[in-house]
Amino acid sequence: MTLTDISFSTIWPLAFLTVWACVLLLIDLFIPKDRKGITALLAALGLALTLGFTLTQIGMQQTGFMGMVVADGFSTFVNALLLVSGLLGVALAYGYVKRMGLERGEYYTLLLFSVTGMMLMAQAADLIVVFLALELLSIPLYVLAAFARPNIESEEAGIKYFLLGAFATGFVVYGTALVFGATGMTNLSAIVTAASNGTSNLLLLSIGSALILVGLGFKIAVVPFHMWTPDVYQGAPSAVTAFMSSGAKIAGFAALLRVFATAFPSIASDMTGIFWALAALTMILGNVIAISQTNIKRLLAYSSIAHAGYILMAFVPYGNPDVAPVSIAAGLFYLVAYAITNFGAWGVVIALEKSEGRGLEIGDYAGLARKHPALAAPMAVFMLSLIGLPPTIGLVGKFYLFRAVIAGGFTGLAIIGVLTSLISAYYYLRVVVIMYMRDGEPETEHEAFLDLTTILTAVATVVISLVPQFLFAWASNAVLKLF
Amino acid sequence: MNFFLQPLTLLTFFPLVGMLILFFIPSDRKDALRWTALITSLITFGLSLWVLGMFNASDPNLQLVARYDWITVAGWNIQYFLGIDGLSILLVLLTGFLTPISILSTWTSIEDRVKDFMVFFLLLEIGMMGVFLAQDLFLFYIFWEFTLVPMYFIIGIWGGPRRIYAAIKFFLYTMAGSILMLLAILWLGIYGGTFSVPDLIAQHNIPANVQGWLFLAFAAAFAIKVPMWPLHSWLPDAHVEAPTAGSVILAGVMLKLGTYGFLRFNLGLFPEATVRAAPWIALLATIGIIYGAAVSYAQADVKKLVAYSSVSHLGFVMLGLFALNSQGMQGAILQMINHGLSTGALFLLVGMIYEQTHTRELKVYGGLWKVTPVFGTIMLIVALSSMGLPGLNGFVGEFTILLGAFGSLAINNPIFASISALGVIMAAVYILYMFQKMFMGPQGEIVDEVKQHGHGRGIRDLNWREIAIMVPILILIFWIGLYPKPFFALMAPAVDQLVANLSNVTVAMH
Repeated sequence: MTLTDISFSTIWPLAFLTVWACVLLLIDLFIPKDRKGITALLAALGLALTLGFTLTQIGMQQTGFMGMVVADGFSTFVNALLLVSGLLGVALAYGYVKRMGLERGEYYTLLLFSVTGMMLMAQAADLIVVFLALELLSIPLYVLAAFARPNIESEEAGIKYFLLGAFATGFVVYGTALVFGATGMTNLSAIVTAASNGTSNLLLLSIGSALILVGLGFKIAVVPFHMWTPDVYQGAPSAVTAFMSSGAKIAGFAALLRVFATAFPSIASDMTGIFWALAALTMILGNVIAISQTNIKRLLAYSSIAHAGYILMAFVPYGNPDVAPVSIAAGLFYLVAYAITNFGAWGVVIALEKSEGRGLEIGDYAGLARKHPALAAPMAVFMLSLIGLPPTIGLVGKFYLFRAVIAGGFTGLAIIGVLTSLISAYYYLRVVVIMYMRDGEPETEHEAFLDLTTILTAVATVVISLVPQFLFAWASNAVLKLF
Repeated sequence: MNFFLQPLTLLTFFPLVGMLILFFIPSDRKDALRWTALITSLITFGLSLWVLGMFNASDPNLQLVARYDWITVAGWNIQYFLGIDGLSILLVLLTGFLTPISILSTWTSIEDRVKDFMVFFLLLEIGMMGVFLAQDLFLFYIFWEFTLVPMYFIIGIWGGPRRIYAAIKFFLYTMAGSILMLLAILWLGIYGGTFSVPDLIAQHNIPANVQGWLFLAFAAAFAIKVPMWPLHSWLPDAHVEAPTAGSVILAGVMLKLGTYGFLRFNLGLFPEATVRAAPWIALLATIGIIYGAAVSYAQADVKKLVAYSSVSHLGFVMLGLFALNSQGMQGAILQMINHGLSTGALFLLVGMIYEQTHTRELKVYGGLWKVTPVFGTIMLIVALSSMGLPGLNGFVGEFTILLGAFGSLAINNPIFASISALGVIMAAVYILYMFQKMFMGPQGEIVDEVKQHGHGRGIRDLNWREIAIMVPILILIFWIGLYPKPFFALMAPAVDQLVANLSNVTVAMH
């Protein structure tokens, strides 16, 4: 093995962030207890620098470490999105952890490690690396979910997430083993070759890929692997949930897209039906159960499940080579739309949360529009975006996604998609109703970074919907390289 | 030309300027907020008149077109595409005309959160103008769905006691229709490779079996908005609970978004399906006319009575549109304007009296004419206009529609027009019933009640502001009733072109 085989340039932003996180862990020891804000700012600086480095990778198309990782348009797009999510995650946590008495420096280091795992996931070109990345992104999240210890809900969330997550990882490992058994390979492009020249056992390959789907399905909270989501999202500190619900989902979908679109196109005819059913089930169940929620964190948890269903729609036409690039680009665009909107909505939740889990019932939002219009108006925008109404990025995302699905010939699924959006309008609007049409005396926290995050995401939600060209172009270039 | 100086762009988005100013006015300066909104909407009305001045009535095609590529990456072909023609010009003028009137009507009735109200109202105006002007399906859909949002807030925040129920029902009901249209729009965009309506119409290659489904998907959105029987059940709730200004805009303009949608999209894009659907639509329209009139008569609440009368009046519009001949359609377009004026005026008048009495129960009124002669006179004129008295606007529209429906080749059965003609008589019954209950006979208990509560000051007659609101409407009511020619002249070439397209299809199919 020579140095050129390694092609370190493929992962250098990732390596930089890992080193930064390790150094930060050391530096944090010397930062006094009451000034942990410095750690947060350093973490943000690391993320911002890495984002800059990642952007220099635009246009790169190279594998590294003997085909184990890859840097291409897809990974660059996803990594940029993940780093922005990391930055938003730090911004939301900055005041929150202080206020809730959770301010320990590890918070930010763990967050950085989780981001590195997510980035590795987006760059993985080998099933072994997928597994490695999955562990690297998950373990810090397990710890973060239980970060509010000795709060019993937070501990429960941590342990529940850990147990089910470990279980899910088992599925991925077992699936990888079966795929290896079927093809003799773990490298994604080698699997394609093996599958197409007929030397592989197709049955074993199908079972293996299905198990990988189950394992990753847990991570992205697809029905019927969603059971942990509401409890974990509710129990974990809100700032963690905000980061987890966007970041882990982006990474999980990136891995699914990469694995299924590159490695398993030959079994697309078997998988399409499964994806169809999973997407439909997730959209229906997520949206229907969300109706009866009264706690905003659980409501957003079910909303996050429902949106996993919409994103999963992008997989359904992946076996059709004419439509697949468009539909995967649509999936990527929807991930961006979801991440921005979701962070904003969690920002408002964090602004209203009090210690000991108060301020989290939807009823606590009564009168918000009158007392704090600067919070209520962004929240209304986020709710409209989650429904998919103009002028928000949520509408553009849905438009793009449904178009791909219809072009693929799955009009039935698109009809389920729009009908469940209608159901979702009911519970999202209830939040708006309570904010704008009921009277109350809500108390909120004003923290500079928090307010900035909610306002910026709200503005982005509207503005990107009016000028979505550059994101469209970027997303569709990102996947063109994949094939 | 500069993007923002395009007349239609300016007309659509001018209210944004007023909105920006509103943000900088403190919330407690209520009069400043009101004046800002009023002046903004008056300037917008002025802009719509400016557009009328540049409009060439003899040209049947789109005019003053503003067309730019908007999203053209990744296989998309979405344009920012505004245009105006004979089908939409009158509705644009109506929107520009009714918005300042509605804002003026809130002067004393909206005291709470005035700033928010005005912001939502101006946003609503942008949405409505956009719907009438957009010629790209994506752009149209954005404006179409967007109108829901401000109206939802207007009903939900400033409405009556059951406002939240009404607002959510209005929202979900309307959205249910539009999302099916969204899928149809996507299908058209994929199939035709463009979202531009004139281009799609010119291609004219949608297979007949698909046309039926697409027609239904678009019709679902529009029929709920109109609303056509049996999809009308959101309307009484929304109209009754909305504040007066909301009801005026809802009845005056927003219902026309539905009929306009049929006219612009269903008739143009799916001519074969349109011809096949015409008798069925005529059937539903006729049922709506009779049903709406009968239910109106049974109401004990004045506002509900007026609300249900809309179901009946819009039935006439639908009947005229789907007569698919020149008379029917021209009558229908004129009747859209007439309904906007008459029913809008009825809601305004009901709102003016409600502001003093806080009740809409018919049985407590009576003998008001003696107390408030000016109010009574104006109400009588508006009521007669609404029931279609010759010499006033309603007659011209209804008569032309019935004429068209009788001779319609597409409906092909005079029975619908004959039954619908009964609707005109029934309108006289419920309108005169209402007028009689409120203004004639012995003095109702409400007169004394108001006197008691007001320490001797009884129900007052209209003040100058209220008269100023009504006079422009009255002028138009008489103008259209006595000399409708200029109004017909504006729309005739565009209608004739649409009819010519449709009659080719009709001939080919029969």
